[in-house]
Amino acid sequence: MSESLLGQSVRRKEDYRFLTGSGTYTDDVTVPGQLYAFFLRSPHAHARIRAIDTAAAKAAPGVVAVYVGTDLQGKVNGLPCGWLITGIDGQPMKEPVHPPLAQGKVRHVGDQVAMIVAESLNQAKDASELIEVDYEVLPACVDPAQARAPGAPLVHDDVPDNTCYVWGLGDKAATDAAFAQAAHVTTLEYINNRLIPNAIEPRAAVAQYHRGDDSYTLHVTSQNPHVERLLMTAFVLGLPEHKVRVIAPDVGGGFGSKIFLYAEETVLTWAAGQIKRPIKWTAERSESFLADAHGRDHVTKAELALDKHGKFLALRVHTTAGLGAYLSTFASSVPTILYATLLAGQYTTPNIYCEVTSVFTHTAPVDAYRGAGRPEATYVVERIVETAAREMKIDPAEIRRRNFITQFPYQTPVALCYDIGNYEGTLSEAMRVADVPGFEVRRKEAEARGKLRGLGYSAYIEACGLAPSNIAGALGARAGLYEAGEVRVHPTGKVTVFTGSHSHGQGHETTFAQVVAQRLGMSVEDIDVVHGDTGRIAFGMGTYGSRSIAVGGAAIVRALDKVVAKGKKIAAHLLEAAEGDIEFENGEFTVAGTDKKVPFAQVALTAYVPHNYPLDKLEPGLNEMAFYDPTNFTFPAGCHICEVEIDRATGETRIVNFTAVDDFGKIINPMIVEGQVHGGLTQGIGQALLEACVYDKESGQLITGSMMDYALPRADDVPNFKVSTQETPCTHNPLGVKGCGEAGAIGAPAAVINAITAALWPLGVRDIPMPATPQTVWRALQTAPKARSGRA
Amino acid sequence: MTTPLALKVNGNAVSVQVEPRTLLVQLLRETLRLTGTHVGCDTGQCGACTVHLDGRAVKSCTMLAVQAAGCEITTIEGVAAPSGDLHPMQAAFKEHHGLQCGFCTPGMVMNAIDLARSKADLSEAEVRGGLDGNLCRCTGYQNIVKAVLAGAAAMRS
Repeated sequence: MSESLLGQSVRRKEDYRFLTGSGTYTDDVTVPGQLYAFFLRSPHAHARIRAIDTAAAKAAPGVVAVYVGTDLQGKVNGLPCGWLITGIDGQPMKEPVHPPLAQGKVRHVGDQVAMIVAESLNQAKDASELIEVDYEVLPACVDPAQARAPGAPLVHDDVPDNTCYVWGLGDKAATDAAFAQAAHVTTLEYINNRLIPNAIEPRAAVAQYHRGDDSYTLHVTSQNPHVERLLMTAFVLGLPEHKVRVIAPDVGGGFGSKIFLYAEETVLTWAAGQIKRPIKWTAERSESFLADAHGRDHVTKAELALDKHGKFLALRVHTTAGLGAYLSTFASSVPTILYATLLAGQYTTPNIYCEVTSVFTHTAPVDAYRGAGRPEATYVVERIVETAAREMKIDPAEIRRRNFITQFPYQTPVALCYDIGNYEGTLSEAMRVADVPGFEVRRKEAEARGKLRGLGYSAYIEACGLAPSNIAGALGARAGLYEAGEVRVHPTGKVTVFTGSHSHGQGHETTFAQVVAQRLGMSVEDIDVVHGDTGRIAFGMGTYGSRSIAVGGAAIVRALDKVVAKGKKIAAHLLEAAEGDIEFENGEFTVAGTDKKVPFAQVALTAYVPHNYPLDKLEPGLNEMAFYDPTNFTFPAGCHICEVEIDRATGETRIVNFTAVDDFGKIINPMIVEGQVHGGLTQGIGQALLEACVYDKESGQLITGSMMDYALPRADDVPNFKVSTQETPCTHNPLGVKGCGEAGAIGAPAAVINAITAALWPLGVRDIPMPATPQTVWRALQTAPKARSGRA
Repeated sequence: MTTPLALKVNGNAVSVQVEPRTLLVQLLRETLRLTGTHVGCDTGQCGACTVHLDGRAVKSCTMLAVQAAGCEITTIEGVAAPSGDLHPMQAAFKEHHGLQCGFCTPGMVMNAIDLARSKADLSEAEVRGGLDGNLCRCTGYQNIVKAVLAGAAAMRS
């Protein structure tokens, strides 16, 4: 092959169906005889259910069944949590029961109280209004900072102080000792704002029971259908795993929120078996706001100790993390394993200690949302580093350079071992692209127009490619984190690839096809990639943590290795040569040093029509699969530089420049990678400037419960990003790749807030809360210590 | 209680009985099984349900089906040529990677076509402003804007 397909912006194979309205999303699936479900949800944040009267609803037109919590008792178990965290007291985390339909109490607004099943959706909704629930409303606590206060209402009676665990990582004594030696200590206290993921496709499910073989099919909006099936069958419903097929068809964005096993599809599947008819449920957007797992929700105090030259001596972090009312599937791991382990950032900080107190509140569950722990860690590190630089009057880029890790592999004091990186490389390239030397001129020009202009950095790192199963297991994971890939070569030489990764926008059907096409010397058109179906794919752990190419792609490469190895045996037979002399390149098996060759397609045909074939030594067929378990995490890293202009009169912040230089290792499809970065940056900017999940502190009502109240970024909220990549190939996976899906959301918030605080620093403002809305910034401007004197 | 309704959808005459409370998007998705038009919110914010009504982009979740009586509706399924060749705007979205998960895409394309028809020589700022009623959570809009500008230029040529 003259030119490598790896590194080419191949246009996406999946686009035609999406552009012509031919995709199949879960709500597009309609099954003959299908019923519709509607969930009656709690209007209260915390209440005891004295009684539920469903008689009128059951008698309403078209209603087939109404289920409440007591109907499920002894039949449907609670939803499990997939990660066990052990506290600093040596005790396992508290795991209160997470009933799919409320039992005795409701614990957040939107908690499922009843499921109504009817012939039509309108009938189900109409009937829901006939259900009478007698609530005894109780006081609620929605603020993680207040959850442990004396007298705070308990979310679960058997969880004292609302505390799931108090967990620590790092050497506390050494860290405290280092602080005692510090020439300077920078302290920041802030909230990492709670976010609502808002994939544009709402969650949905269609559950079918098949009487003929006592089996089930569940179509569901999932990022990991095999995990969904395993959790649902083995832990909740007690169904035989092989009797349930879970299909995650086209999925309209996930961002973490579709990783988890949710109550709705669980009850739906169980009810389909009871009623023996298919049932569909599709969330309304208000249900997405109330009942999808949310993200972030940290309250943090961070302290950085430095010597007089600006070298970091120690970092000490105390975080209280809100978990919501119940433990969602991976909730416990997000503010711990995926957070504190990243607190070294790109720096040689020798002593780090982090203590995390995770608490229950009367709010929707909180779990992984794009970045999951790593944006929170980056925010800690990059905000405090930039603040320390300003306090010590050291250039923010210079203070980073003085502390960069430059020798690899590098063992951090918080468990991870970085295999490779080039932080100076991404920083200096970002500074070049962002024209940092020209900033002062731009700032003065803006000042003349009455605008404040600031420039902020974020030199982030993330741990992706989740994860080595043995390490994850030692850290409490209750699952393996390998991936499966299967390469099925058909008799004509065409290929179908089956991957346990799931694409819900990431373009795997194209990227993975490029990997296979390159190896087998074929065209991407001759390769189809199948994902998202437990009935077709052997197994899979799914897509999250930027793991698809690094782990799922690696599994495909391992399967390709097996295909090529078997192909060589067949070719050796056909070419009457020794297997060791066979080479495979550009789609042809050749005998080294000769012109004897046989094309791949002929080897494939021979494997399926084995007339002239070593049947005594080799099985027919050419279909290979592999499981790949990574030996380490991957460590994508980079530098984001944000430049903002602030209107002094209105407090409005405009992003005037945003530069991202990322090191994702080897790149398969640059177009797709850039798209992933654009999207991640926009979600990060959303967190920094626009998005806030707000619960009323008294009533526990969700104030930001619709797209009219919760500000998602729109096209005119974001700039054109300057995005480029640098490359230090990952040292331990076969493609040298690191993953790119979350980087934007991880790096951007700190860059934006660093830019805003840079602009406001001369006025005496050292911090600004997220989201930095015009009102927030305007208030800061009004109360700024040096507001009247203008720029110092 | 149902009421009769006659309209044209993607060039075909349609005559159905609907409940008066049926939304246009429900008629399209559930009765006519044209599932390319999506529902992403209940409040008219996300624009995933955008279709053309007599040539203009409308949000089909915010109007009743009966309000479309006698009108001509075009959905995303009716945009490509009968041969299957993509409309220039669809082709531009593919060329410029203006879509990821694809869920907002039909609404984006329908709005973009209307936007392109409404004014020659759209500026980038006009495109960004014109997409205000369509939310995308995947792309960060940059490539959508690029696609709309390129698609609009292709539609003029």
